[in-house]
Amino acid sequence: MNILQLEHVVKTYGTYRAVNDVTFEIPKGVVFGMLGPNGAGKTSLIRIITNITKADSGKIWLDGEPLNSRHPEQIGYMPEERGLYKKMKVGEQLTYLARLKGLTAAQAKESLGYWFKRLDIVDWWEKKVDELSKGMQQKVQFVSTVLHKPKLLILDEPFSGLDPINAQLIESEIRELARQGTSIIFSTHRMEQVEEMCDHIVLINKGKNVLEGEVKAVKQRFKENLFRIEYEGSLPDSLTYDNPVFNIKNREDHRMTVQMTDGTKTNDVLQKVIGSGVQVRSFNEILPSINEIFIRRVRETIESE
Amino acid sequence: MDKLWLIVQREYMTRVKKKSFILITLLSPIIFVAVFTIPVLVTLFAGKEEKSIVVKDDSGVFVVPTDTSARATFTLSQAPLDSLKSSYKSKGYDGVLHIPVIPQSGEVRLNYFSEKQLSLSVVGYISDKVAELAEARKIKDAGYSEAVMENFKTDVEIDQEELAFNKDGTLVQTGKKNSAELATAIGFISGFIIYIVLIFYGAMIMRSVMEEKTSRIVEVIISSVKPFQLMMGKILGVSAVGLTQMVIWIAMTFTLTTVATSFLNIDPASMQGQMGPMQQPQPDVVASQAGQVFEAIASQNWGYILPLFLFYFVGGYFIYSSLFAAVGASMGDDQGESQSLSLVAMAPIILSIILISPVIENPTSSLARWMSIFPLFSPVIMPARLAFEPPLWEVVVSMLVLAGSGVFFIWLAGRIYRVGILLYGKKATLGEMLKWTFSKE
Repeated sequence: MNILQLEHVVKTYGTYRAVNDVTFEIPKGVVFGMLGPNGAGKTSLIRIITNITKADSGKIWLDGEPLNSRHPEQIGYMPEERGLYKKMKVGEQLTYLARLKGLTAAQAKESLGYWFKRLDIVDWWEKKVDELSKGMQQKVQFVSTVLHKPKLLILDEPFSGLDPINAQLIESEIRELARQGTSIIFSTHRMEQVEEMCDHIVLINKGKNVLEGEVKAVKQRFKENLFRIEYEGSLPDSLTYDNPVFNIKNREDHRMTVQMTDGTKTNDVLQKVIGSGVQVRSFNEILPSINEIFIRRVRETIESE
Repeated sequence: MDKLWLIVQREYMTRVKKKSFILITLLSPIIFVAVFTIPVLVTLFAGKEEKSIVVKDDSGVFVVPTDTSARATFTLSQAPLDSLKSSYKSKGYDGVLHIPVIPQSGEVRLNYFSEKQLSLSVVGYISDKVAELAEARKIKDAGYSEAVMENFKTDVEIDQEELAFNKDGTLVQTGKKNSAELATAIGFISGFIIYIVLIFYGAMIMRSVMEEKTSRIVEVIISSVKPFQLMMGKILGVSAVGLTQMVIWIAMTFTLTTVATSFLNIDPASMQGQMGPMQQPQPDVVASQAGQVFEAIASQNWGYILPLFLFYFVGGYFIYSSLFAAVGASMGDDQGESQSLSLVAMAPIILSIILISPVIENPTSSLARWMSIFPLFSPVIMPARLAFEPPLWEVVVSMLVLAGSGVFFIWLAGRIYRVGILLYGKKATLGEMLKWTFSKE
């Protein structure tokens, strides 16, 4: 079951095609990364999903239903900039936003009570937003995004401007929500985060979907058959010269990076090394980072145009 | 629709609870009434500062006055002037007034000897009084009686009696007293009130829209409600704030003035005495003028004027607040550059208040006619004309145009608003705004 499904979505602003026939799906309960360079069309897509703007053409389903005006109540959206009224008090403002999402006053109070205690910000109820630091505001914003228990959470650069402590706090909250079954879409430039937290990704460039899939599968797709081997002693010539199983790309201080030749398997590599008499300390496949995949794919799409 | 109500509530409560709002709303009527009553209070309680003047009257005209409006007491003395000058102080007087023999014609110069100065009002009083007495003497000497002279004085007033045709075609006098001064006053005041309100609250809405845009809160809200709901909620909420303020002002000013006048027992004549040191009109003249004014006020067709005033107030408010909302939504990040856009919205209002004078001067001119029909000017201009009783068909046409335009402008602003609030960077040109009007949702 998919929480979100997009089919041939197009959005044009004047003569500019911000979203150029995008199709992908997001399974339920996963943490999904939406990556892309600046101006790629991520924000436009997010605005279509959150019902802020309507697509020019294409179909969108939320949890099996065509997107309609009641759906925003099931979605939590945190824009990149701090979207809060500066002069309004925190408690008052969050209650207002909750009620706009369809909660009753009582439900809002209960939910806010829970979150304020959980994030340890009970003292902030009466404070005005502009009295808080950037990181504190981000916490408040986070609460406004989740307090109506949305099925789908869309976070646009949620960690920007946060110190490590607060970033860690938000991260653990996100993980907990994911564990509880909330589907989460991350829109970010920070690839390390994508590595750590996302199960699936989609890469948007120039309004098009240029890559999608499960992180593990994507890495496999882009892997270059590289392995890192740490060993003791010296390497015999059988490994370094005329080696049909692999090529040594790089070697320093009892650590080498080798590239497996086409057609051979991982076990063959290990066997070759062990068979040559070298003591193996560790043996790891080197998978490309999302960062590398991103750069490669963007470059590929530019070249193909 | 309850989301709209939520927005209206929020827009209303956040503004009404602000310290600045409470301060301005409560203080303004107090200050307004104080400006009128404090001088009275001061003179009443500090007013034992009466001058005591000894008068050497060589002319024989002086009579000690019986009215108390002068703040000076006069005592006649036959002593020689020089001895009065040296002894007045020890005798407890503040100064010596010498009235010389009055020549048949020409200016009369009185002399006042004292260590201290006389106030402007006493000086005025004395010169007026002595002039009065001297005139009376001259008249008597010429052989006429005072009664005859009173008859020569002719006070001319114009009573405007309204004529109207009855249903059966007969001409009758309706009994309504027209008054040019009153109509003009009403005209200016109405026009001015509406002008101030439109600019003040229009700017409030524009600022709010801009704040939401720059703080990006609008994106969060628009993911829950439609942009049009947010815009209307804001317009309605701010209108409620304005109404609240008006009501409090009217109620407070009314109560405070009533309390003040009854407490201090002020009547129009003495009020004027405090205000105008130069003129000292006869009490009965003032009373009759006041009476005329009250009569004219009472006879105005308030049942007609007030509801219409309210209609134009509301209509003008909706047109301009939606315009200001659209302008706010089109502002770019560079606020200085975008100011020009807000001037475009303010220009018609400013033009109306500038042209209110010629309209009131000439309420039936074609300028007045066109301006009271054109919807951007009519909210200020038509109410100004109402006391001059413009033809009914003109009023009806003007009202219909205003109502239709109100709906149109709200729709237009809604279209511009919903696109503008999500765009960031440079401000929109008028051409772009036009495109937004017709772009799909």
